[in-house]
Amino acid sequence: MERPNSTSQAWVIEIQGLTKSFGHHPALRGINLEVGRGESMVIFGPNGAGKTTLIKVLATIINPSSGKVLIDGLDLKDNAEEIRRRIGVATHQTFLYSNLTAYENLEFYSRMYDVPRRKERIHEVVAMVGMTSRLYDRVGTLSRGMQQRLSIARCLLHKPTIILLDEPETGLDQQATSMLGEALQAEGEGKRTIIFTTHSLERGLELGDRLLILNRGKIVYEGLRQALDLTALKEVYQHSTRVGS
Amino acid sequence: MRFWHKVIAITWKDTLSEMRTKEIVASVLVFTLLVIVIFNFAFGASQERIRLVAPGILWVTFAFAGVLSLSRSFIPEKEQGCLEGLMACPVSREVIYVGKMLGSLLFMLVIEAIALPIFAFLFNLPVLSLQLVVIIVLATVGFAAVGTLFSALAVNTKAREMVLPILFLPIVAPIIISAVMASGLALSGEPWSVLSSWLQIIAAFDVIFLVVSFLIFAFVIEQ
Repeated sequence: MERPNSTSQAWVIEIQGLTKSFGHHPALRGINLEVGRGESMVIFGPNGAGKTTLIKVLATIINPSSGKVLIDGLDLKDNAEEIRRRIGVATHQTFLYSNLTAYENLEFYSRMYDVPRRKERIHEVVAMVGMTSRLYDRVGTLSRGMQQRLSIARCLLHKPTIILLDEPETGLDQQATSMLGEALQAEGEGKRTIIFTTHSLERGLELGDRLLILNRGKIVYEGLRQALDLTALKEVYQHSTRVGS
Repeated sequence: MRFWHKVIAITWKDTLSEMRTKEIVASVLVFTLLVIVIFNFAFGASQERIRLVAPGILWVTFAFAGVLSLSRSFIPEKEQGCLEGLMACPVSREVIYVGKMLGSLLFMLVIEAIALPIFAFLFNLPVLSLQLVVIIVLATVGFAAVGTLFSALAVNTKAREMVLPILFLPIVAPIIISAVMASGLALSGEPWSVLSSWLQIIAAFDVIFLVVSFLIFAFVIEQ
């Protein structure tokens, strides 16, 4: 497996020997990975490769079966609550309550994250994703794409330094997809660390500093973006996922 | 303070959502009224017979209404894909448990508050007494404490609507039995001193259920 020439920067995420099984089915099989501060890592892989499971473990939504995960130097097992404060998660599920308005949803989550100056912050993030005009509409009346925009606003509410995105482009149109890239850029100081799963090789190549391919719960390729163009990435992807199958 | 601030946020979110849909209160209330009316016809107008069976009718109604109500505690979270969003928030699992439990308790108390005067009217019984109110509140706390835990457990199973009553009813049996006995005494006009032993049993089970559920909720929800 090819590994990038990483510099001696401090790792924001360090994963050693991570495994996760659901019953007898292993979803992650010995993942070892480091992600640097401000780095943008894109994870590709076929369905069932373990991408969503990896994101859920990092988001502390599910516990790993074994292995060690450090986020910002904090052990996931002992500091889950503190780690959650630093992480923003957006997935293809929006985590939004359809009976509540967009504002009520964001207010609920801002209370859960202890966001200061809640009202101002809600208006800020909603403006970032272009949803100001629909702020007081019930989420159930919004289109899938609008709900996904709102989900990204929810993810950014508490100004997380680490963002985990699991196929966040689901339902987004071209304009909204471009907006996603802008919205994820740093607010204030420092660049955010982003881990992004997608099926779109083009989009992943555009957004990622480092590229990772997962197959059957294992890392089968890891490399820097500069090392590949789209054609080469397609070849690597097909080869890596075929070999692992 | 931060603990309770977040607990209230969860309870408020559930209440607001329920006020919009009336999904739980409306369906459970219809069920409750139907059961009371059916029992009213079944046992006829004999006041002596009604006095004998009234506590049983009341608690059969409330227990099954509780099952229906509690089964909806986590299902909307799961159906809307929000449970994981809640679990990704920087709050302990216990905050989620207490917030959801208080929401369920509130809905059940609202249903009971509406059903009780109708029960009193149809059965011509003096159920609107302080003694009965205390019994109902105490027993409902026990129902909500256990029910919220089992609702979280059942939500990840395929037969979630069936799993909850199977787990819930045997566990809350001591509370139901104590509530039936205490309600019978209260309807007979017995003083507090006669009821106190049953009330103490219900209160003891409430404490046990609350503490155990609070402690094991994190394990249940993370499975």
